[in-house]
Amino acid sequence: MKVDLTVNGKDISVDVEDRMLLVHLLRDVAGLTATNVGCDTTSCGACTVLLDGESVKSCTVLAAQASGHEVTTVEGLAAGGQMHPVQQAFHTQHGLQCGFCTPGMVMAIVSLLKENPHPTEEQVRNGLEGNLCRCTGYHNIVRAALTAAEASSEVPA
Amino acid sequence: MSILGTRVIRTEDPRLLTSGGVYVDDLQAPELDGAARLTFVRSPLAHALITGIDASEAASAPGVLAVLTAADMDDLAPPPPDDTEGNGGGEGPMPLGGVWAEPLLAVDRVRFVGEPVAVVITDGRYQGEDAADLVSVDYDPLPVVIGPADAVTDSSLLFPAAGTNIAASSPVPTDDGPFQACEVVVEHDIVNQRVACMPMEGRATAAVFTDGKLTVWHSSQNAQLCRLILMGALGMAPDQIRVIVPDVGGGFGAKVGIDRDAIIVAWAARKTGRALRWAETRSENLVGMTQGRAQLHHIKIGGSRDGTISAYRIDVIQDSGAYGRMGGFLPSLTCLMAPGVYDIPEVQTGFRVAVSNSTPISAYRGAGRPEAAATIERAVDLFAAEIGMDPAEVRRRNFVAPDKFPFQTKTGALYDSGEYEEAMDKVMAAAGYTELRAEQQRRRAAGDVRQLGIGLSTYVEITAADGAAGETAKLEVSDNGTATVYTGSSPHGQGHHTAWAMLVQEELGIPMDKVIVIHGDTDLIPVGVGTYASRSLQLGGSAVYKAAVEVKDEARRQAADMLEAAEPDVILDTVTGTWQVRGDPDTSLSWSQVAGHTSGGSLIADVSFTADLPTFPFGAHVSVVEVDTETGKVTLLRHVTVDDAGPVLNPVLAEGQRHGGIAQGAAQALLEEVLYDTDGNPLTSTLADYAAITAAELPSYELVTSETPTTVNPLGVKGIGEAGTIGATPAIQNAVIDAVAHLGIRHIDMPATPQRVWAAISEAQKASHQ
Repeated sequence: MKVDLTVNGKDISVDVEDRMLLVHLLRDVAGLTATNVGCDTTSCGACTVLLDGESVKSCTVLAAQASGHEVTTVEGLAAGGQMHPVQQAFHTQHGLQCGFCTPGMVMAIVSLLKENPHPTEEQVRNGLEGNLCRCTGYHNIVRAALTAAEASSEVPA
Repeated sequence: MSILGTRVIRTEDPRLLTSGGVYVDDLQAPELDGAARLTFVRSPLAHALITGIDASEAASAPGVLAVLTAADMDDLAPPPPDDTEGNGGGEGPMPLGGVWAEPLLAVDRVRFVGEPVAVVITDGRYQGEDAADLVSVDYDPLPVVIGPADAVTDSSLLFPAAGTNIAASSPVPTDDGPFQACEVVVEHDIVNQRVACMPMEGRATAAVFTDGKLTVWHSSQNAQLCRLILMGALGMAPDQIRVIVPDVGGGFGAKVGIDRDAIIVAWAARKTGRALRWAETRSENLVGMTQGRAQLHHIKIGGSRDGTISAYRIDVIQDSGAYGRMGGFLPSLTCLMAPGVYDIPEVQTGFRVAVSNSTPISAYRGAGRPEAAATIERAVDLFAAEIGMDPAEVRRRNFVAPDKFPFQTKTGALYDSGEYEEAMDKVMAAAGYTELRAEQQRRRAAGDVRQLGIGLSTYVEITAADGAAGETAKLEVSDNGTATVYTGSSPHGQGHHTAWAMLVQEELGIPMDKVIVIHGDTDLIPVGVGTYASRSLQLGGSAVYKAAVEVKDEARRQAADMLEAAEPDVILDTVTGTWQVRGDPDTSLSWSQVAGHTSGGSLIADVSFTADLPTFPFGAHVSVVEVDTETGKVTLLRHVTVDDAGPVLNPVLAEGQRHGGIAQGAAQALLEEVLYDTDGNPLTSTLADYAAITAAELPSYELVTSETPTTVNPLGVKGIGEAGTIGATPAIQNAVIDAVAHLGIRHIDMPATPQRVWAAISEAQKASHQ
């Protein structure tokens, strides 16, 4: 079937198998391999992307369901050569080690901070329950989210 | 000012954060254009004879290029025939050969759910899953053994020719004399449950065979070991195989070398002549990737009522899973580290390694040492409870004293350096131990539903136990002023690129942004050992340091020649990265100039660093939990640690290692367990069922600094990768039990799930009402 969607601002129009998952469209068709697959039960969040600005797990969305919508992956987050405040905070706070969960984790936090720009530590932790990381023990990921929240409050709207 | 010891953020990150890492399944190498997908057909039964395989329907399914079984492996040496003489109680290093040998694709018997039976090669990934379902395998089920206690009964034999399931053993001494002399003796069974290593990236391999050369991309902790294993498995020479390790999404021990599934991918690429890709699903990963721990301990600890411990015995049964891979080696490390930080006059250890119908066991963050620490720390608490003394006080009375180092333990370890009591004092002060005990008393007196538990662990572990194998580094400073490090070590999240660049900048004054670090390619780095056993900095880092010193020596000779000065008068200014004659800054030469003066245009040192001895990091953890006595739910409130691994090269990286280690320790203590039913069906084969720990279940950690150097290597450093896990698990388990100790509970096995804690509380309440 034919799907038309916008990925990181770029229009994609392509024929895919009916059952193709959004994450496989992103990786295998669009060549955007930053978004990873870490499980097959929607548990780990490595595949988290934004669909019309809200975080979804792209392993549980059919490519067809994304047709007519806008998808943002971590590759589309930096603007004008500048990392997004969440990416920047992951860097300064050492919020990543092997990097595999990172793109999904970053997108989940972007979405979380959009919903709640000034979360408490507990809110961040609960908000990230659907994103697994095996390297960092989450300590610095939580710091990164809180740092990004602070950074964004310093930027005039 | 030295860059060492300062907080340097990672050079690896910008790429990982913006375009993502390039893991095996992301590779867009031209050689892999049009690569086919490989999908495994795995055993659905834990133990069965294979009586037939019919691949005809699968072979004619859409997109199928080939279906391969063991019968197609006619280009390989046949697996060793069953040795009817038996070879039980083997003592060789793992993996075991002979009668215990592990095939590639299953031949006539399967021994665990998930064992590879056939492969389907297809154009597309979805076609592979469809076709794999069409491969019809006839099985004749056999009785199963599951778990260590069951396996040693030999009620069903996995390798009938062996005549036993016990693949290796070292009997525990039965001399009870030392215990008979004790005022107090406590005996207990302690379970160290099977857990999944679960790196976020599962196993993944790509392979292509062209012009007689096999190129294998593999998610591994060591490319060179992969090549060695492939050489043996496929009967190829070193120059016929290139192994490339790209970005790796976590390893934790389960990616040491290359296992049978990936060897099958490499073989299939050679067999079919097609470029192949394989990336396992999580459901495959949770049955196919090696798992960790899986030990059952029986302990006996004795001493006097003044708190002195005088005898300790541990009898280990290691469940090795279906095949004796590295799992068979783990109990040796457990026994070596059995007495932990304590100076106990009599220590008795022994083990049995038993095969069972489950996923093979191998290294997992700590590999044998967490099991030792968990049990001695539990044993000390059991002893403390028995004599009614604070667990901290019992520890204090039994530590190896600082003036006894280097200290030879009764089990044969030579501890290099340690300040155990100081570590405990520091962590207790940071945690506010006295105040915590007061709060605990208040809650107990008030009969609060939510009781407070305070758990201690004081640990020592062994890192770089194979220091004699060493590590390689080649350092090349070229006439464009850059330094390139070719390291045999193999990062998968640890931050080697940052750390190695810091070492080069420190020694040579070449700024980090001009240092390139290359790893994981056997064509570029034919000799290397890899990253595991907390060995990277102390061996790989020391190799980089040694290479830098050699490059500096050669540069000095070159600079002396250029400046027409005597060598001792030529000095390197590491702030500016320039060579000059002492006292004459006008003579300044840059690294490019000096490198350009050599005949080849570069300064090269190609070294191997070996350590004569391992190192023994140590530390102390205090964990604070709240237990809801009505539901059994445990909340980890605080976790405070001292983890002393010598001088810290980069606190950012060292803290990251500690954080991750603590979380994995907490995961084992509180949540994670691989489970099977009595037929050997895995019950935790997806992340919906396996309780991988999340951010919501963990607090922020409180880290205390402590740096006691070693003399074993020039950097004075020990390993930090596994320490957090080793210290955290027992501290948290002890905290849970401490929270309900006033109810008469002495022990709760891990993981301390609400169900298990609630059951222990109910049992204790019933007992108190009788």
